Amino acid sequence: MATTTAAPGTAAAAAKAHTTNRKWAVGLLIAVVVIFLLYSQILPNAPADVQTFFRRWLSVSAVNEAVLWVVFALGLNIVVGYAGLLDLGYVAFWAIGGYVAGWIMSPFASSMYSSWGGLKVSILGRPPDIEGLDTGIHVNFWLVLPIAGLFCALWGLIIGAPTLRLKSDYLALVTLGFGEIIPQILRNGERIGPNGVFNLSNGDKGISPVDPIPTWPISYIPGVPDELALKASDLPYKFLVYCLLAALTIFVSLRIREGRLGRAWLAIREDELAASMMGVPLMRTKLSAYAVGAFAGGLGGVAFATHVGGVFASRFDFAISITLLAMVVLGGMGNVWGVTVGALALAWINSTGLEQVGQQINSSFGTDIDFPSYQFLLFGLILILMMLFRREGLLPETRTRQVLQEPERGELESVGADLEGEPK
Amino acid sequence: MTTQPATTVGEALRADNITIKFGGLVAVDNVSFVIPENGIVSLIGPNGAGKTTFFNVLTGLYKATSGRVHLGGTEVSGLAPHTIAHMGLARTFQNIRLFNLMTAEENVMVAMHSHMKSGILSTILRTPAQRREEAQARDTARELLDFVGIGKTAEEYARNLSYGDQRRLEVARALALRPRVLLLDEPTAGMNPQESARFVDFVHRVRDERQVSVLLIEHDMSVVMRVSERITVLDRGQNIAEGSPDDIRNNQRVVEAYLGKTGTDGYGSDE
Repeated sequence: MATTTAAPGTAAAAAKAHTTNRKWAVGLLIAVVVIFLLYSQILPNAPADVQTFFRRWLSVSAVNEAVLWVVFALGLNIVVGYAGLLDLGYVAFWAIGGYVAGWIMSPFASSMYSSWGGLKVSILGRPPDIEGLDTGIHVNFWLVLPIAGLFCALWGLIIGAPTLRLKSDYLALVTLGFGEIIPQILRNGERIGPNGVFNLSNGDKGISPVDPIPTWPISYIPGVPDELALKASDLPYKFLVYCLLAALTIFVSLRIREGRLGRAWLAIREDELAASMMGVPLMRTKLSAYAVGAFAGGLGGVAFATHVGGVFASRFDFAISITLLAMVVLGGMGNVWGVTVGALALAWINSTGLEQVGQQINSSFGTDIDFPSYQFLLFGLILILMMLFRREGLLPETRTRQVLQEPERGELESVGADLEGEPK
Repeated sequence: MTTQPATTVGEALRADNITIKFGGLVAVDNVSFVIPENGIVSLIGPNGAGKTTFFNVLTGLYKATSGRVHLGGTEVSGLAPHTIAHMGLARTFQNIRLFNLMTAEENVMVAMHSHMKSGILSTILRTPAQRREEAQARDTARELLDFVGIGKTAEEYARNLSYGDQRRLEVARALALRPRVLLLDEPTAGMNPQESARFVDFVHRVRDERQVSVLLIEHDMSVVMRVSERITVLDRGQNIAEGSPDDIRNNQRVVEAYLGKTGTDGYGSDE
């Protein structure tokens, strides 16, 4: 078979890459189990001051949110890190994903249009038992995920088709606009159409409650204890669900990177003109990066809606896009594990880290500085410093680090001086 | 080899009456040009003669103001660069343009993109068909790297290769497109005379073993005279001479184009 004739070098290098991946996967899996046991079993029985300490420094809700940031950051990493397309409006996909959850996972659908008042649809869903809240559309969370993913991917195509022809600077500006427009439409989408008959988004009030993660299908998996299934919407159990999504995003990122499409994305990132001259269709390939990235945004958006228990347009601001970009840059553009760690780190700073560190500093030095308000100064600084001193990110692959830190070989040698050896 | 209309048998590439204007400037003026099947042809001319512009029309980067390009009997003028590349026109670049942060092997595999089929889902699921396709592509890439003599560097980032190896990698990458015509844009730039001499043999080997036609843009006249079967000379966008190396060497207009008319100071006349 032709498949077995690959040279030994290839096999060795591939094996090395796979070992790295396996190490990371096992390491993170252990971390997930430890964190889950900590929050579900140990902490509830721990002394009060230990509980307080964790609630301040790293609440389970902050952990859950950090895991969701990983999903978004990896989605953006496909667009920015793999394909090299600077996207400053990724928050739009987060918002669209969230609103899909709002539309088909909550009572809201019954108030979108006057004659939909009696609407009651449930597809394996979990409508609240409360009178008056059981109307609307209630689709099972696990079904909403792919629906929202595909819907976002479709929007990725709609936005990408006219804009991806632009050169990178202009693309960045257009995506920036897109990231502003979508949340603005949702913020003001309370009365649209003639006489304002259609309520798209409930405006600034947002949509809540969004259904919790249902026990189905968890309760039907053989061997899963009833206790776990029933608690599916408890915070530590939600953590497991979100980790599953993050794991899926990591897995897909790694797999695509090693295939035909991933190579084409990287080629476009490295040299767009050369890629097209080598038969890579630029538009289609860029669009696919956009769509896959948007799909991840949709998944994360739905999950985030269940995390917050609602969707609120005012939360989807430009700052989110920039934070995500900082995560990707900090971790190392294109490097899945680096971006994962970068996302967790910045998400922690974002939620409780900066505030707590600030309080410690304030109480030790008697200062009165509002540290959380300096958050974006910090993120901006990270972006600048990384670009200046560590373009390869905090956790680069070994070879990338060597390449980016050493001067380019061509700069060292006189051109052509070492062309040697007749081709055999 | 493949079936072609009778009129174009023996022609790998044919450009008819190509004219390109940038605003009021005529960069290429009514140039016609043929690359015979399995031939080695050079395009020469002083700086600014329109060689690279003409090259860019062939590859689809520029749209000609008028004129047509046929590749193996099929009209390709107006098609997108990636389509033309897929149909069998591969090129290297004057200033090396590799995918720096990809390995040599991956660089070559990128050029197989349009000949591969695996989609997103089969890549994520790693289906047997996808694995087979990947393995075959990898084997082909290895074979091409061996062919150009840099098989040992397959796992290196393109950026880390020596200048000469980078030039070879560009050729391997171009050959991965399974081209009918290979365009080499100043391939011996930066080489010393011995390297250039070896390069001439290399071009012959590529043509003989890979069954491609080769078009070179080249400034080094010793290379041009030794490697080419036919030479076309452009000057100020016009085709001023065409023929065998000996014809061109003795052509008065060519000498004038390069050196200026006899009796001037050698910096060319402005007529």
